[in-house]
Amino acid sequence: MERLTPYALITPTTLLVIGLIIVPIVIVIGYSLMDNVIVDHNPHFVGLKNYWSILSSNNFWVAVRNTSIFTGGSVVVHLVLGMGFAMLLNTKLVSPVARTLYRVIYVLPWVFTASIVAVLWRLLLDPNGVINYLLQSTGIVHNAVTWLGGTSTALISVTAINIWGGYPFFMISLLAGLQRIPTDLYEAATVDGAKPVKQFLHVTLPQLRPIIFAMCLLDLLWTTQQFTLIWATTGGGPINYTEVLSTFTYRIAFNNYEFSLASASAVIVLIASVVVAVFYVRQLQRARES
Amino acid sequence: MSVSVTANSRRDAAARRAVGRRIVKKFWVYVGLTAGALFAGLPVLWMLSSSFKSNSAIFEYPPKLIDSTFSLSAYRAVLSSSQSLRFFLNSYVIALSVTALTLIVALHTAYAFSRYRFRLKGVLNVIIIGSQAVPPVALLIPYFGLMVSLHLYNSYQGLILTYIILTLPYAIIMMTAYIDGLPRELDEAAKMDGARPLTTLWRVLVPICGPGLVSTGLYTFMISWNEYLFALTLTQTNNMRTVPVGIQLLMGENNFQWNQVMAISILGCIPVLVLFLIFQRHFIQGLASGAVKS
Repeated sequence: MERLTPYALITPTTLLVIGLIIVPIVIVIGYSLMDNVIVDHNPHFVGLKNYWSILSSNNFWVAVRNTSIFTGGSVVVHLVLGMGFAMLLNTKLVSPVARTLYRVIYVLPWVFTASIVAVLWRLLLDPNGVINYLLQSTGIVHNAVTWLGGTSTALISVTAINIWGGYPFFMISLLAGLQRIPTDLYEAATVDGAKPVKQFLHVTLPQLRPIIFAMCLLDLLWTTQQFTLIWATTGGGPINYTEVLSTFTYRIAFNNYEFSLASASAVIVLIASVVVAVFYVRQLQRARES
Repeated sequence: MSVSVTANSRRDAAARRAVGRRIVKKFWVYVGLTAGALFAGLPVLWMLSSSFKSNSAIFEYPPKLIDSTFSLSAYRAVLSSSQSLRFFLNSYVIALSVTALTLIVALHTAYAFSRYRFRLKGVLNVIIIGSQAVPPVALLIPYFGLMVSLHLYNSYQGLILTYIILTLPYAIIMMTAYIDGLPRELDEAAKMDGARPLTTLWRVLVPICGPGLVSTGLYTFMISWNEYLFALTLTQTNNMRTVPVGIQLLMGENNFQWNQVMAISILGCIPVLVLFLIFQRHFIQGLASGAVKS
């Protein structure tokens, strides 16, 4: 009886995990190997044909490239901004009240869901909007820029929006990490005559390394999966200049109703995510062991 | 005599320099903090300001933070539209149900993970951590097929079930980290007294799990209140749409009203903002301990 207790406790989770994660993944792999699933009641097995169609499509590689730029830019700047703000909030020079106030303001972008962040920035970045007004009145640009509609600015714009909405998660986690670093490490470093930059490189960074690893992994996975922000600002356009893997897959499935092709695309994304996750967990374990 | 005077004045000068450096440093810290606050806060301030303008004043030239058309009419329009109110009702029903159900399921699983050794533990743990790497778009297509064939398409139940599985993995990680931090002596004492496992969980551990339940519940509520992709795909009629999808619907209408879109956005983020401000300390610790453990 006692031996069965843990199994009873985990039964709901196990059923949910099997029914809503494992079975759907098996289904989507099955879909990707057939033709005209969902739409046609008697789909045929077609092997890897859908995978070849996806991998030989030019749009897929455009989406890969855009996803890489969007994700790379977001993760790097999230880390830099999150670290900078966390360290500013952690200095003893600021009074506790001011620190709390600043922290609440800094966290604000994170409270807004991607759907709201998208409409907010569509307002700000509108050709007649306040950002163009500021840039024009200070003489930085002459004509209003169509930030989200221009082929040369759209990808940078959606990346910048994602940076604005996502850095607080890094900041909060790094701040919690900074507060856990024992102060005697810094005292010892000061006694040894280490300057602030050296203290940062030899005390702060090594102490935060596990958190930085975990945050970067999560952010990498979340940002490559980002759908809402892009769908609600540019819809992947103009043409396909902001098309990322999630919008590419969604479009094939729910605009073109080619569920088999979309499943193949989704499985490719799934495999890439799992590879990244496994690689990263390995690195993390190695970092912990050394 | 004169020697000690110069020594003193030298020490004073050094002390003054140190104070001076501290003031300069403090000045630059405040400059940095304020620059960051403008970066984070100005867009939000602009959204708030636009929600009080008339629609024709949204792109006025030059832009003003508060202009002569200041009024609550956009909020009045949103709150008197039965369609907008329906979006809010749907979001509340779904987010609150998901929070309650996820908390109950996560609590029991976390209790097993924290206090028992069993054969499936390793496998289940790997699946729970690994499920965070599964892209939502990979689940979306089979869910669409499943929900249609189970007649759960365009229903509360379909979305609630979906959100439970989206929130459950990290909720379990957060709750396990929290229960791991509670002394084992408590439940062992209860076991000595002959309490059953479930009685121990509910009578001994749950009453002291407050902070863990709050941060996990807030995380779950936030994810389900904010979710867009599944809500967009698994609902069909406007009376089943949630707030994030509803906002995009309003934006898609011809001649949409910017001020009303901003007003519904402000109203849509209030529940999360209020909960976050009240519980932020618990929440930040809970999220961080979960992230570090996983």
